[in-house]
Amino acid sequence: MYSKILILRFPKTEAEKPIVCYLAKDYDLTFNILNAAVLPRKEGIMVLELSGTKKDFKEGVKYLRSQGVQVQNASQEVKRIKKKCTHCGSCTAVCPTGALAVQRPEMLVDFNQKKCSVCELCLTACPSRAMEARPTNKAFF
Amino acid sequence: MTEHKINKTYQQINARIRSGEAVVVTAEEIIDIVKNEGPVEAARRVDVVTTGTFAPMCSSGAFINFGHTVPTTKASKVWLNNVSAYAGVAAVDCYIGVTEPCEDDPLNKVYPGEFNYGGGHVIHDLVAGKKIHLKAEAYGTDCYPNRNIEKEVTLRKLPNAVLCNPRNAYQNYNCAVNLINKTVYTYMGTLKPNAANANYCSAGQLSPLFNDPYYKTIGLGTRIFLGGAQGYVTWHGTQHKPGAKRTKRGIPLTPAGTLWVMGDLKKMSPRWLVGASLQGYGCSMSVGLGIPIPILNEEIVNYTAVSDEELFTQIVDYGHDYPNGISKSYGKVSYAELKSGYIKFRGEEVQTVPLSSIVRAREVAEILKGWILKGDFLIGEPQFTLPS
Repeated sequence: MYSKILILRFPKTEAEKPIVCYLAKDYDLTFNILNAAVLPRKEGIMVLELSGTKKDFKEGVKYLRSQGVQVQNASQEVKRIKKKCTHCGSCTAVCPTGALAVQRPEMLVDFNQKKCSVCELCLTACPSRAMEARPTNKAFF
Repeated sequence: MTEHKINKTYQQINARIRSGEAVVVTAEEIIDIVKNEGPVEAARRVDVVTTGTFAPMCSSGAFINFGHTVPTTKASKVWLNNVSAYAGVAAVDCYIGVTEPCEDDPLNKVYPGEFNYGGGHVIHDLVAGKKIHLKAEAYGTDCYPNRNIEKEVTLRKLPNAVLCNPRNAYQNYNCAVNLINKTVYTYMGTLKPNAANANYCSAGQLSPLFNDPYYKTIGLGTRIFLGGAQGYVTWHGTQHKPGAKRTKRGIPLTPAGTLWVMGDLKKMSPRWLVGASLQGYGCSMSVGLGIPIPILNEEIVNYTAVSDEELFTQIVDYGHDYPNGISKSYGKVSYAELKSGYIKFRGEEVQTVPLSSIVRAREVAEILKGWILKGDFLIGEPQFTLPS
């Protein structure tokens, strides 16, 4: 099972056409629409979670692109800007998964990205603003 | 006549520093030396013990003289990168305080506020060599007719910039918990409901004033590490409270002594003056500060040998008590316990959260040790020591 949250942008010429339903019909994919709107200049935007086999997912995204839809990966990851981190430890108050933890006895703040749930609470809890959320740069298909 | 077996003067210690013979260790290293060799032998052998701390220190700021314009100006309001600086000093002087947020900051209107840019960030940007937008308004006088200035300034081009912090390096601070049932955002960090975390802010055994609890070597003229450069203790800090209750070793059990410190901002570094944004509370600045303690005798070395096990603070409720001005302790806890990651509180294990960087505190103590060993840094003999 392969699943990703995608941001789809429909040009105004395509915004009124039924497109995403074919992802289920022809590509055996399931989707969960998280947000959708037609913007004032008539272009459409939709955020959806798309799931299926990796092969079907790839074919589905190819189909969307062939219809003129811009496809963007919406998944985020939290990263630490090492230069800005002062190892104070404030972030460990809010981190719910223990991804940010104090390593003892050195008292270094360790960030284990594998444990991070991308809740983003550390972004504003960090006094020196060393944590940032950014789109994952890994290709999604 | 003296009661001590070892007696060294500032002059003797400085002579050893100049000749490169001085023995300098950090406040962590001295603990085992005194344990193994005893205070008399340690005092004979060691000349200086270096301390360090790095944490948000709200009562900080800088005096800035931004130079004259043509026509001349007597500024009555000044902003640096849109952060208001106090201009009631003289014609082109101002004081930028670290807790001042920038104009148009939503503050806590969107709760909890983020406070992304303030006076501490301006100082950080200045020492990082960045261009700062200066805006000043004036009412105009015969000798200073100009009514407006806008210009870009850099630290290098400013005629004077002096860091002047009225209250730094608190000798001990509270351990904060939150006993109400909603999260509170305080200057002691985020406190989850029902004492789900306990926050503390001290470098413990590395902290300057824990290593000279009665300020026997610290006073006006003590040369220190400040913001990455040499600075000075110029007075006791505001809220200096030497009368706090102490342990037998002289360690205060509550917030006690504080320092007023100054130094040339132009020589400082962005690594040691870091703008801080305390969620829901406001802007501040983390300051790197370290004091070298001259080992004048075995009594002084004994003070510097204090360890986290012997340093205690009080657990204070920041959910209800603190905002209501209620001074109540919910128990005493040692820095060794706090640094272990958990404390026992009301029969439960509570996660502890540090706000003061031990990694950076250790680095300050090491840098200071390096300066003294190289002969670049002499011990400043105070004109008088702080009130004790």
